[in-house]
Amino acid sequence: MSATTQAAPAHPPEREGHHIVPLWIYFLVFAVLLLLTYVTVWVSHHDLGSPEILPDVRVHLNVIVAMLIAITKATLVVLFFMHVKYSPRLVQIVVGSSVIWLIILIGVTVSDYFSRGWLGNPGT
Amino acid sequence: MSAVASHAPSQDAPPRGLAHHFRDLDQQQSAATLGMWLFIAQEVMFFGGLFLAYTIYRSEYNDVFTIASHHLNVQMGAINTAVLICSSLTMAIAVHAAALGHRQQIVLFLILTILLGGVFLGVKVVEYKEKFDHHLVPGPHFSGHELKLEGDRERHAQIYYSLYFAMTGLHALHMIIGVPIILWIAWRAWRGEFSAAYNAPVELVGLYWHFVDIIWIFLFPLLYLIS
Repeated sequence: MSATTQAAPAHPPEREGHHIVPLWIYFLVFAVLLLLTYVTVWVSHHDLGSPEILPDVRVHLNVIVAMLIAITKATLVVLFFMHVKYSPRLVQIVVGSSVIWLIILIGVTVSDYFSRGWLGNPGT
Repeated sequence: MSAVASHAPSQDAPPRGLAHHFRDLDQQQSAATLGMWLFIAQEVMFFGGLFLAYTIYRSEYNDVFTIASHHLNVQMGAINTAVLICSSLTMAIAVHAAALGHRQQIVLFLILTILLGGVFLGVKVVEYKEKFDHHLVPGPHFSGHELKLEGDRERHAQIYYSLYFAMTGLHALHMIIGVPIILWIAWRAWRGEFSAAYNAPVELVGLYWHFVDIIWIFLFPLLYLIS
């Protein structure tokens, strides 16, 4: 009887492919996430301007900065809270391709809206 | 002698939580994690459509979006962002506890996660109530009076608030679905179903919760912080 009860803890706590992240990493990521939240609110109170990069095309720098901060935060959550940094390559590929599909969805559609009218409307 | 006799059947019996079609718990957990990530990839596209609609309408009506977004409560949005980040931390600690097989810690931190999720939803209810009170909910009762907008610009403001309610509403729905699932996992943890060897359900619900957090990380600056 005692042999069976001892069999379970005999499992090594750190098994292959299941890296245990030390707790301080979670607290560090947490602190950085809160700091970046503060930064993104702070930046939103300042007008960073909107330079014209192409004729009639303005880029709102505030949006760019806010999105860069959000992407940084999301990356930290994915890598550490969601363990993707320590996950098998297959999981990393799925995560990466979900981002690629999102870029295709947004990139292709936006480029269509953006470029409409460049060549004029046929028949007018 | 008797140890050898009782040890033999324990090697033949499948470990607790192992489904018969998997070789071992490691393989099962890898398959489950991959499946969860495929689900999340699908969710990214699900929310992606809304983010795309937002991108197009904002580039079209940026000035009206700016005016309309100033009627959101940035303070509440910022507090909710912090609350959700805290809930992600407690969830990460719960998953950590599960990997080490600490039963009480799993339950404690899952309950904390649920409470923080409840705070988030409570703040959201207060915010939604404000919008109803100020006639900022799209539909026949929408009024641009508060925003000092009329005609076409009033209609464009309705587009902003439609996107606001669709995006935050779908996000809140994910949390409303997540809370009872976490409660169920906490109950199973309390019953002692999970160990250092078998804890995939805790890890998977953790992935789901962090994903919901990530959506909010993007919603907050896009909806609240248009300067």
